[in-house]
Amino acid sequence: MSTIEVTDVSKSFKDTQALSHVNLQFKENTIYGLLGRNGAGKTTLLNIINNRLFATSGTVTLDGDRLTENTRALSCCFLAGGSNLYPEGMKVKQALKWSQEFYPDFDMDYAKELCKMFDLPVKKKIKDLSTGYQSVFRNIVALSVNVRFVFLDEPVLGLDANHRDLFYRVLIEKYAEHPFTAVISTHLIEEAANIIEWVIVLKKGEIIRNEPIESLLDSGYCISGPGTFIDSYLEGKEVIGTDTLGGLKTAYVMGVPDPQLPAGTEVSRMNLQKLFIRLTEAA
Amino acid sequence: MKLDLDQEKPIFIQIAEGIEDGILTGAFPEESQIPSITEFSVNYKINPATALKGINLLVDEAVIFKKRGVGMFVAQGAVSKLKRKRQDQFYDNYVSRLVEEAKRLGITSDEIIAMIERGFVQ
Repeated sequence: MSTIEVTDVSKSFKDTQALSHVNLQFKENTIYGLLGRNGAGKTTLLNIINNRLFATSGTVTLDGDRLTENTRALSCCFLAGGSNLYPEGMKVKQALKWSQEFYPDFDMDYAKELCKMFDLPVKKKIKDLSTGYQSVFRNIVALSVNVRFVFLDEPVLGLDANHRDLFYRVLIEKYAEHPFTAVISTHLIEEAANIIEWVIVLKKGEIIRNEPIESLLDSGYCISGPGTFIDSYLEGKEVIGTDTLGGLKTAYVMGVPDPQLPAGTEVSRMNLQKLFIRLTEAA
Repeated sequence: MKLDLDQEKPIFIQIAEGIEDGILTGAFPEESQIPSITEFSVNYKINPATALKGINLLVDEAVIFKKRGVGMFVAQGAVSKLKRKRQDQFYDNYVSRLVEEAKRLGITSDEIIAMIERGFVQ
């Protein structure tokens, strides 16, 4: 089993620290969710792993080999992200052929099938595609390259509800039949929550959570009830946030709920999006 | 089996319970083949590992069995097995919550019993 290892990676641009001391592992055949607010450093991290940016310090390796400037190791990775690496005026059709040149396992028949499914106008120039179709195009290449590590930077950006639904279905089908590692960065957390197996949360360039989604969701709970009771209940507990609606209060708490709770209080599971919002709110 | 998931329970448990419902209603008859892991995961848009985890709960209870290279099937006797299990869970799943709400509303046990009898007649 291959592993990509990110060790102590930091990146600074002029006066901003984009990443500080990031340590991560990406194992084979797992779907990761890379979550973070705008400017948290998601794209910077993906660009460093894929050799599109240099880290200020730290290393990225694939099974012990440096990924930086290493064509052989990099051919195991594909990043579908904001900036296209294709010449401006290139048509979709040509770009697919081009991808085939660089990635020997590129599946052209599958790519063409996906183009039909998503109604991608293959005769158009890439730069003339709408935002949504640019994402569709990148996703199609990403799903057709057949490499071990696929990085999808905001794959559903600009996609309508139908195309988002189709994208998740195609991704899962592909993954179920021919497993690979997918690292998905997205702001549409609720939609992707059930697909993600492992969650990485970045906040201001630092990793604040890195664990299986189940353990993350089980690490806390929501409790709601009369405000006066909740206030006393929360004493001495690790609270990550509260909502108040009149006399009713809901709290997001780490740990396990007390065994005996008075009538009128309700305990429910955390959900990934709510947890994310609480964890990444400016402190 | 219902086709929507909610947030209240872990997804793999909802998948297992959904298949149980399908078996109990006859949508998945005994000895018939059930959809594959891929079909379940694509349909519910969930990770295949989650679907597998849910189905494995039923395999452990011998409600579902796997035929290597063929697929997954509902075991003979699955319906009566599931009925027994659901009967055992009936108090916790339904009665205790019913009583809790009744207490909140000030409904007496005699009134509940009358309502239950009415429900059986209708």
